[in-house]
Amino acid sequence: MSEALELSIIAELAEKIREHGVETYPYECCGALLGKDHSFLTVDPNESVRRIPREVLSLFPLVNRRDDSPRNRFSVTADDVREAEKSAAAQGLEVIGWYHSHPDHPAQPSDYDRDHAWPWYSYIIVSVHTGVPQDMTSWRLKDDRTGFLAEKISPMKVSAAK
Amino acid sequence: MSVKVMIPTPLRVYAGKRDSAEFSAATVGEALSGLTSQFAELRKHLYTEDGKLRAFVNVYLNDEDIRYLAKENTPTKDGDTISIIPSIAGGSAETPIDF
Repeated sequence: MSEALELSIIAELAEKIREHGVETYPYECCGALLGKDHSFLTVDPNESVRRIPREVLSLFPLVNRRDDSPRNRFSVTADDVREAEKSAAAQGLEVIGWYHSHPDHPAQPSDYDRDHAWPWYSYIIVSVHTGVPQDMTSWRLKDDRTGFLAEKISPMKVSAAK
Repeated sequence: MSVKVMIPTPLRVYAGKRDSAEFSAATVGEALSGLTSQFAELRKHLYTEDGKLRAFVNVYLNDEDIRYLAKENTPTKDGDTISIIPSIAGGSAETPIDF
């Protein structure tokens, strides 16, 4: 994954993630990112290869199952993952990542995030300070699990969504 | 005995984009070993450095969680399907906060 990573998200959905973080503050919120991954798709034969960013087209908000430490932990069970995958399939989409909030912490992945991350997925983190949403970032785990690569978030208008 | 292993989306990139693979195996552990032998890059995402399945890796034999069977020693039979289902976790700090 040496090329620049980019994640398009419908602006309204980015706002919904922020709202979810505010709603659950001071606890972490979490949910699935449903969309399309267009890796290596060539759209114009006259262009060499034009990369289309991965797109978030829908959300699947979830309940944080980590009720022993919800201020700085979130957990999504295997059953939740299956439900998210079913919802994605019903919309002709796939689960392309996950979002969660960091209440009163920066939108930077922690070592705990890294230890528990899967490759390929996009991980959106929204920082919520004293109940007010701040930065939103996105990350993908490096192949060797030593850290994350930053992924640029590009908001898109609904009319641009496919 | 042929056992099918379903590969979850985030690991398909290490398995030639395949969503499943078949192995001759008498136990769940043997099938997973076949998977990580054929697709070596998968191994570090499924197992810790000391060879234990990672906590967020859930393995099902025909919809039964192997934690409630005989774990990786669970015997398999011809035609069984093993599914690897992720669970997702994370959080902002290194230590849990009691409240």
